[in-house]
Amino acid sequence: MAQAPALPAGFELPLEARLPRIGAVDAVALEERAASLAKRSIKREAKVWALLLAIRTTDLTTLEGADTPGKAAAIASKARRPDPADPSVPQVAAVCVYPNLVPGVRERLVGSDVKVAAVATGFPSGQYPTAVKVADVRATVELGADEIDMVIDRGAFLSGRYAKVYDEIVQVKEACGERHLKVILETGELGTYDNVRRATLLAIAAGADFVKTSTGKISPAATLPVALCMLEAIRDVYEETGRRVGFKAAGGIRQAKQAVQHLVLVHETLGPEWLTPELYRLGASSLLNDILMQLRKERTGAYQSGDYFTRD
Amino acid sequence: MRIPTALNPTVLTPSGADVAELDKSQREVAVPGDWTYASAPESRDVVRIADRYGHFVGGEWLEPGETYETIAPRDEESLAEVGQGTPADVGRAVAAARSAFADGWSSLPGSERAKYLFRIARLLQERSREFAVLESLNGGKPIKESRDVDLPLAAAHFFYYAGWADKLEYAFPNRRPRPVGVAGQIIPWNFPLLMLAWKVAPALACGNTVVLKPAETTPLTALLFCDVLRQAELPAGVVNIVTGDGRTGAALVESEDIDKVAFTGSTEVGKEIQRRLAGTGKKLTLELGGKAANIVFDDAALDQAVEGIVNGIYFNQGHVCCAGSRLFVQESIYEPLVAKLERRLATLRVGDPLDKNTDVGAINSAAQLEKIRELVASGVGEGAEIYQPPCVLPEKGYWFVPTVFTNVAQSYRIAQEEIFGPVLSVLTFRTPEEAVEKANNTPYGLSAGVWTEKGSRILWMAQRLRAGVVWANTFNRFDPSSPFGGYKESGFGREGGLHGLEPYLEFDE
Amino acid sequence: MSRLPVKKTYKLFIGGAFPRSESGRTYDAEGQNVARASRKDVRDAVRAARDAQPGWAKATAYNRGQVLYRLAEMVEARSAEFAALCTGREEVERAIDRVVWYAGWADKLPQVLGGSNPVAGPYFNFTVPEPTGVVAVLAPDEPPLLGLVTRLLPPLVGGNAVVAVASETRPLAAIELAEALATSDVPGGVVNLLTGQHAELAPVLAAHMDVNAIDLCGADGDAPELERLAADNVKRVVRGRADVQSPWEIASFLELKTVWHPMGQ
Repeated sequence: MAQAPALPAGFELPLEARLPRIGAVDAVALEERAASLAKRSIKREAKVWALLLAIRTTDLTTLEGADTPGKAAAIASKARRPDPADPSVPQVAAVCVYPNLVPGVRERLVGSDVKVAAVATGFPSGQYPTAVKVADVRATVELGADEIDMVIDRGAFLSGRYAKVYDEIVQVKEACGERHLKVILETGELGTYDNVRRATLLAIAAGADFVKTSTGKISPAATLPVALCMLEAIRDVYEETGRRVGFKAAGGIRQAKQAVQHLVLVHETLGPEWLTPELYRLGASSLLNDILMQLRKERTGAYQSGDYFTRD
Repeated sequence: MRIPTALNPTVLTPSGADVAELDKSQREVAVPGDWTYASAPESRDVVRIADRYGHFVGGEWLEPGETYETIAPRDEESLAEVGQGTPADVGRAVAAARSAFADGWSSLPGSERAKYLFRIARLLQERSREFAVLESLNGGKPIKESRDVDLPLAAAHFFYYAGWADKLEYAFPNRRPRPVGVAGQIIPWNFPLLMLAWKVAPALACGNTVVLKPAETTPLTALLFCDVLRQAELPAGVVNIVTGDGRTGAALVESEDIDKVAFTGSTEVGKEIQRRLAGTGKKLTLELGGKAANIVFDDAALDQAVEGIVNGIYFNQGHVCCAGSRLFVQESIYEPLVAKLERRLATLRVGDPLDKNTDVGAINSAAQLEKIRELVASGVGEGAEIYQPPCVLPEKGYWFVPTVFTNVAQSYRIAQEEIFGPVLSVLTFRTPEEAVEKANNTPYGLSAGVWTEKGSRILWMAQRLRAGVVWANTFNRFDPSSPFGGYKESGFGREGGLHGLEPYLEFDE
Repeated sequence: MSRLPVKKTYKLFIGGAFPRSESGRTYDAEGQNVARASRKDVRDAVRAARDAQPGWAKATAYNRGQVLYRLAEMVEARSAEFAALCTGREEVERAIDRVVWYAGWADKLPQVLGGSNPVAGPYFNFTVPEPTGVVAVLAPDEPPLLGLVTRLLPPLVGGNAVVAVASETRPLAAIELAEALATSDVPGGVVNLLTGQHAELAPVLAAHMDVNAIDLCGADGDAPELERLAADNVKRVVRGRADVQSPWEIASFLELKTVWHPMGQ
């Protein structure tokens, strides 16, 4: 019979002794708060500001089995110049691809500030031996990725083997070296907000630079309540330790309006300090064009057609 | 990161420029430093306010003698002249209600009464924007609350009680329910239309007719409601509305030909009404003040508890009889909880009630503002520690910054008296027993809140708290099917739910 | 020579004990010297009721039902004595049956008077009846036993503690009932019975700030004034009838508490 695992050292680190617990989340109240923040009315210059920020914090993503160097190159070009007709539109934060596509993307981005992010650790399932995951990360780093998006082992997490999840993150972090590590929780598989909160704190304790909602491969993904739940955990860690951990919302964010709602959530939960690419990312693909259309609508006053924006 | 102050105007670069050039131009894209939400005002054009209103009696507008000005608390703008109802006006209204009662309303089949109420519910839904704007304008509450809470609930109340109108014998088996007669109803200024709905819907469903007096400072949605009654083709005299101040209310209470009084307002006035009705045999329900305890245990979901605390006391500027005005925090989480609360307070947006992003609106009246200031000054004087987030208040109108008092002793006035404003007193406790004892240590007993993840403790607490409504892991929730009303000096009788029918019925047992 | 019987001293019933009035006064009723309670006796009785009420309310409904049934047993055992003090055997039988009827209600009230409410949202919401607290009862003069039982049982079965003022002119049945109560399992202080002058005692009870409800059944001309006094702490005023039997009689001494809780994962 397996022994119930002890909590790994460090799991409780973010919280002081007077909070000897991970804390609970009330689902109904969380969802209500998220829904009420989603009703913020963001208009005119505030909306333009948000849309530009959304672009600056976007990890423009393609994660398909069918991805080719050509497809990756097209995405990289889009990342660098989202709206060729309007150079005032900023570059995105990063391009996010599978490891094999990293070199091609890297090449296309030479001279720009756009980072290359790659998913690793047996993405998206994470159901591989730890050694394979670590090797995956090392190889991806060697291919030139600036940022690593890893997945946690949900199988281990859901069966209560928190120590395994924790140790893996620690090893991956080590393999990342200086590269930024984003830890994907795949919240859609965790079942409850309590689990989302636990997993967030566990990932942070293990050394995550960012915590990220989802792989984008399953639904639901980056819902507003899930994002709020993770942001509140990040806030608790910051308030207890002063450590700033980034947040990436990914999966299911397709419309500019949703992006603005996510930004409002960050703004009112963690404050303006988190509204930079250093601490916030939106993982998205089709979202970018919707934002570009909204921006041009704000600037010209006319509703836009997809024919005027590149599909990449 | 570059942080210029404003957005640069768009400059199109010629195509074919080299990539490095473009990167450079993009690097220079202006990034404003601060995300200030642009104002998002709800248009007030959707509602037309007359210059002058009379009393609505027998389906017609009765020309008032004396009038007074009703204003918008956000900027003291005069909105309309309304009538100061005299005893004669009240007398006419009661007579109209009496004849409507006798001339068919009370004997109308329940199913027909139901259809009138369904119509009213639908009309309120259709015209909700108009009512919401008017409610915020005249009362000062944020449009997001009048839009998302007051109006949907008001319509829901009519819909709920409409369904009861032809089912009363199932609600009260073997009791042969029949209407009481003419109900005199006096409502407060904190939820003007919603309180009207709480009063009028069950009264009508049970076959009574009513004379309603809206609060002195917030008569406009009740007067607009008369137009809904016209559209619903409700028989004349079934609902009569007489506006005015406390004198009008007193005339209504003392009117001989009413059979029942329903009052929502201060405990002081409630007691006076109870005294005046002594010996008359008239039915009475009172929904009075409160000083609710909101109790947070150390295992609670803290971020959600903070939301509940904020909703408990800053919802509707704290102008809520069931507001969670006494926060009891278990000492083991006192510091982190207060830190979270103060941080959250700083994100509240105080300002124009008609702005869709406003969280806390205007104080309802100069008199109420004065009362809040006086009590807050007493709190400071008694030695409590005050926290108010930085907040720019508009120059005109009535405003009060959301306030938290810590280091409050049970004996301070701010921990005892109902402030009816955005002012929270924080106290501590160590054990569940102590929490119950302190929470119940008040003459009031309207509502209470409990925050803990432990189910058995919730039920243990809920059983012991002497309050008519206990919100566990939530606060300030309302529903037409849920009975509402107080213990002790918070009043008697229930509004809402099946129990809300009883005050409007007599029984031949 | 025939034996000289031991005569009863008619005393008050406060906190499970039988004290004389602290004032040392008596008055003549039904040919006996009956204790004439004072304001201070009212104070003591209310204090005893307040102390006893939480325990009575906390007892299981099943237990309260059994205790009240036991009261019926005690009255039945003394039915001859009671018959001599009221209109006769029939009144006693009706009084006993009424006690039994109310005893059976103890564990059914929440199901009849409360329920769950289908609110529009992810909340479980239910309403339960709870005792209002300390109830003052002005017992009617007629019928002397059944009238008191009719007014006493509804607040009692709901978990309230009672301070009752017996009929001024017909107090002996009430005192007999106090003795039955003392030998049943009703905890001391849950029922307190005062004898004396209504005009003296009723206003004190009506104005008492620690009394939650008052039943004016036995009040006559002074009812309006008592109602006025009752307003000082928003008492629930019940204008009870001397011979009625209904769960709604119980309901008038109950508060309704509604509890909300979210339903989430």
